[in-house]
Amino acid sequence: MEYLLLIYGNEADINNLTEAEQGAIYQEYMGFTEGIRKSGNHRAGHELEDVATATTVRVRDGKRLVTDGPFAETREQLGGFYLIDAKDLDEALAIAERIPSARWGSIEVRPLVKR
Amino acid sequence: MNLESLYREEWRRVLATTLRLTGDFDLSEEAVQDAFVAALEQWPRDGTPGNPYAWLVSTARNRVVDQLRRRARFIENQPEIERLAVLEESEIILSEAAMVDDQLRLIFTCCHPALAVEAQVALTLRTVCGLTTEEIARGFLVPVATMAQRLVRVKRKIRDARLPFAMPPKDRLAERLDGVMLVVYLVFTEGYAATSGKVWIRRQLCEEAIRLGRLLCELIPRNPDLRALLALMLLHDSRRMARSGPDEEIITLEEQNRDLWDRREITEAIPMLESALRDGAAGEYALQAAIAALHARAQRAEDTDWAQIARLYHVLFQRQPSPVVELNRAAAVAMAEGPSIGLALIDALEAKGELDGYHLLPAARADLLRREGRWSEAAEAYRQALALVANDPERRYLLRRLAEVQSQIIEQSDD
Repeated sequence: MEYLLLIYGNEADINNLTEAEQGAIYQEYMGFTEGIRKSGNHRAGHELEDVATATTVRVRDGKRLVTDGPFAETREQLGGFYLIDAKDLDEALAIAERIPSARWGSIEVRPLVKR
Repeated sequence: MNLESLYREEWRRVLATTLRLTGDFDLSEEAVQDAFVAALEQWPRDGTPGNPYAWLVSTARNRVVDQLRRRARFIENQPEIERLAVLEESEIILSEAAMVDDQLRLIFTCCHPALAVEAQVALTLRTVCGLTTEEIARGFLVPVATMAQRLVRVKRKIRDARLPFAMPPKDRLAERLDGVMLVVYLVFTEGYAATSGKVWIRRQLCEEAIRLGRLLCELIPRNPDLRALLALMLLHDSRRMARSGPDEEIITLEEQNRDLWDRREITEAIPMLESALRDGAAGEYALQAAIAALHARAQRAEDTDWAQIARLYHVLFQRQPSPVVELNRAAAVAMAEGPSIGLALIDALEAKGELDGYHLLPAARADLLRREGRWSEAAEAYRQALALVANDPERRYLLRRLAEVQSQIIEQSDD
């Protein structure tokens, strides 16, 4: 069963960290990713550029509407994701809680629709 | 053979095992329902089977397998068809221990923290207790359609997010058990807070909560906090006949006719609580139960050991720092050391503003002012409480008190 783990956090908080602190977090992420590769849970995953780089597209009445930024201003922004394979929700949650950002941000765990 | 009592006793066990075998929440529930209907038709005619439990499980299982097979054939899922064939042939002989495990799995799944608490409560009542959707809706004063929708949503999440039908891992057990206890306690308090006219319906929730508490104590006999929770519910429940009058008006602990307290429940609960405390129960339920036990032990209201109750509220506040607990402590201190000390505590609490809009704060102040004979201040506080109170029995209680202090004011002015 596949789950998408959406990583939310406050970008400003991360950007305010020193380079050494950011480096430590990056290292921790590398270790985590390596761990779930080895355990066979990893399918895909990536960090995203800041939300300031985001663009939103909508089509209404056949007309394309392009706007800057995400749909809504929120305190936490989507900063990355993992796509994992887990046997059930409990395993997915156990993996999600090990993501470094879970300690300051939050991880949304969403099952993929099976067809 | 009485099928209704069989249903009450076996529903949970039959469903728990069927669910483990088939892994499908929705289909299992329907199939178990069907199995009981089939029993109702066949047993009076053909005689009751030697092992009714195994008969019900195998009947329910076969119905689920039929459904799943139809689905698997439709999408030509060969491995699933083979799995179902094996499942259908498997024999249902279950040890007592396996049945215990099945029931625990069922309870832990219903109380999974990935589900909203109100959904956990509804699902537990439906699946573990076997209440109908209508009964649960009436218990929680929501329309049947709303409750049905809530149950559909929660079962959909269990299926689509693949919540495991499993015991939590050892390192999560304590945390997950806290969740289960909260659900049981919420069922109880919902039933106990007699805020509606239809008391007999709410009563069923209290009974179910106590039944669940007993079941958990049976399934996990070594856990002292479970025993403390059961003792707490029994102690509160023991006052059910005394705590409201014929028109459902509130009768305070002080004014209750203690002969109406259920001695059977008190006699069961007190040694249960003592053993739980000896075995190390020290959580919120144990503290609340200890407070309830001190009330239960007092022959008359004036015999109540308020000093000890105030100390217990103090400990409870340290564990659970909520302004409501602080208010209760203030009331207990007032009873132990005099209203003026209690009033000072209540003023300090009010200054913090956390209980703004909560009617029990002015009500508690009014009560202490009344005890002090400060009639017009008491009347003013009762009026403040009345402006905030939402439910009828409490409003009537406050109105009665207001009338009492007002008549004192008139007497004074007559003198």
